[in-house]
Amino acid sequence: MYEFDWSSIPGALPYLWIGMVMTLKITVVAIIAGIVWGTLLALMRMSPIKVLSWFGAGYVNLFRSIPLVMVLLWFFLIVPSLLVSLFDIPRSYDTRLISAMVAFSLFEAAYYSEIIRAGIRSVSKGQMGAANALGMSYAQAMRLIILPQAFRNMVPLLLTQGIILFQDTSLVYVSSLADFFGTAYLVGSRDGRLVELLLFSGAVYFIISFSASQLVKHFQKRTSL
Amino acid sequence: MNYHWNWAIFLTETPSGSTTYMGWMLSGLEVTLALSLSAWIIALLVGGLMGVLRTVPNRWLSGIATVYVEIFRNTPLLVQLFIWYFVLPELLPTAMGDAIKSLNPFLQQFLAAMVCLALFTGARVCEQVRSGINSLAVGQKSAGLALGLTLPQTYRYVILPMAIRIILPPLTSEFLNIFKNSAVASTIGLLELAAQGRQLVDYTAQPYESFIAVTVMFMVINTVVMILMHKVEARVRVPGGGH
Amino acid sequence: MISIKNISKHYGSFQVLTDCSAEVEKGEVIVICGPSGSGKSTLIKCVNGLEPFQQGELVVNGISVGAPKTNLAKLRAHVGMVFQNFELFPHMSIVDNLCIAQIKVLGRSREEAVERGLKLLDRVGLSAQAEKFPGQLSGGQQQRVAIARALAMDPTCMLFDEPTSALDPEMVNEVLDVMVGLAQEGMTMMVVTHEMGFARNVASRVIFMDQGRIVEDASKDDFFGTPRSERAQQFLSKILQH
Repeated sequence: MYEFDWSSIPGALPYLWIGMVMTLKITVVAIIAGIVWGTLLALMRMSPIKVLSWFGAGYVNLFRSIPLVMVLLWFFLIVPSLLVSLFDIPRSYDTRLISAMVAFSLFEAAYYSEIIRAGIRSVSKGQMGAANALGMSYAQAMRLIILPQAFRNMVPLLLTQGIILFQDTSLVYVSSLADFFGTAYLVGSRDGRLVELLLFSGAVYFIISFSASQLVKHFQKRTSL
Repeated sequence: MNYHWNWAIFLTETPSGSTTYMGWMLSGLEVTLALSLSAWIIALLVGGLMGVLRTVPNRWLSGIATVYVEIFRNTPLLVQLFIWYFVLPELLPTAMGDAIKSLNPFLQQFLAAMVCLALFTGARVCEQVRSGINSLAVGQKSAGLALGLTLPQTYRYVILPMAIRIILPPLTSEFLNIFKNSAVASTIGLLELAAQGRQLVDYTAQPYESFIAVTVMFMVINTVVMILMHKVEARVRVPGGGH
Repeated sequence: MISIKNISKHYGSFQVLTDCSAEVEKGEVIVICGPSGSGKSTLIKCVNGLEPFQQGELVVNGISVGAPKTNLAKLRAHVGMVFQNFELFPHMSIVDNLCIAQIKVLGRSREEAVERGLKLLDRVGLSAQAEKFPGQLSGGQQQRVAIARALAMDPTCMLFDEPTSALDPEMVNEVLDVMVGLAQEGMTMMVVTHEMGFARNVASRVIFMDQGRIVEDASKDDFFGTPRSERAQQFLSKILQH
């Protein structure tokens, strides 16, 4: 029977914390950039201008049909060398964190845009009519009337997607970037205590994600009253 | 930029000699399909069972299902995979663990990935099944019971047939997800499609061709599954029902 | 003030409006009635360009609505509209509902907008509700706020699209009272409604529509006294039975 030995965790906590900060950095940047870019994509997709709506649909369908791992591999293995050859950035420069942030933002935007599109649709059509009847332009009506209502309806879904994103950032493992999971794995392999470190990291992810999703549920109940 | 495109690379023989790079790609595709489909079948069984359990009026049964869902939805897929692959064999009784470790590496990786994907996806299927059942009007259950059907009979003949139709569209998206998520298995060394793509980059120095090929293959899988599921949805649609 | 000339509109092969013409002078109150699906709501939405039309000419305050160069937003800012389902903005307080377009469209300062808004809210008898949200008000109250919101833009004319048909019966009158008051002050109004009491009371003319056509356009006395078309007679007898 296996004998647990958790002794390597306390010493590793400072490193794990640094890793967690990186995980949160990627998560927060990707949530914000993803929502902004996702909103634009949703608006493009609903635009009467054919070129824009095709671009929006094409983008979303492309990113939704390929695995996140593939997107990350594209960005980690290919984009840096592209940058180096295009902009003459020194090869030693570590582009992995930037690449991760960009990759997650662009990838999540496709998912956010679908949530936002549904949110916009959930606002009744009469609201656009009423805003127009008051003399508002399309842009004003969207910004002042439709999007605020849409976002209000979507907050729980956007947050839930954020929790999924938080978990998915662990996949930066494919670039050996030392996020929380990467650090836990490194410490585990170094000390020969992979079992303990993997279980520990799973527990940490669980506690954070579970609490966050309970908060979302609580929030949802309160606002639906 | 001076990149030398060379699509003929796929027809070149690999260093090991027995096949071409295209052969590697196809064997990767085969592993991806086998892994995803086998995991999907288990996920449907587990998720369906747990989903029904979550709605039954028994605190212990629904409690078990709730714990399952919360654990598997709130930990990253990658962590789950590593736990199945690295941790489980250590925690089992020594004899069993050793038996697993003596399997050939491919089988070890495949089984770990299959169980992992199945239970991960099962938790999501479970939630879809539950919300499908809950979205049915309470009246349906009462109507079934009022006719003298037992609770299991009511589930069997009244609730589940309608719930299945309601959850088909969200299940389709879970089915699509399982193919995409299967790429995570490349992290434990399973030579599925994404891993073959990476291997090709290492061997041939033609990253663009190999990545484009892998990406296109995933898109093809996605499209085919979508078309198939649309056909299934169309076939089971209830006349006059909104779904 | 509003000139509708030979307007036709179709969705694909379905003809919604056929060759509709009417003139509305300043200060007139026009009631538009007719069976459901007769195109009356569509016609009134053509007046401020919420519904596009394919043929004909529609001029409001000397501005052609259908012309591609027309700045519709500018035109709409001075044509008030009240909707069947109120369409207050649910995420904003009542006072913000009254101010948002004044500030963003007319460019008024916040103080100016609030002052004007509160004055109109008082006029529809709802000063006490200024800080509430639309969801906290009854249907009749919401519709009165919607009228105040339109009035806050200082419209030259007002369009009403079945303003009372989504209301519970006991709330109809509070909304009609506000509308009668407006009519008596000389506001130019086009009102789609089934409230024949309102028409008898304040209408200058009644337009009767059926199957996308204007079948009758008569003074209210002529319309209620001796409707010429058979369809209008049938419609009136059905409505009056209630």
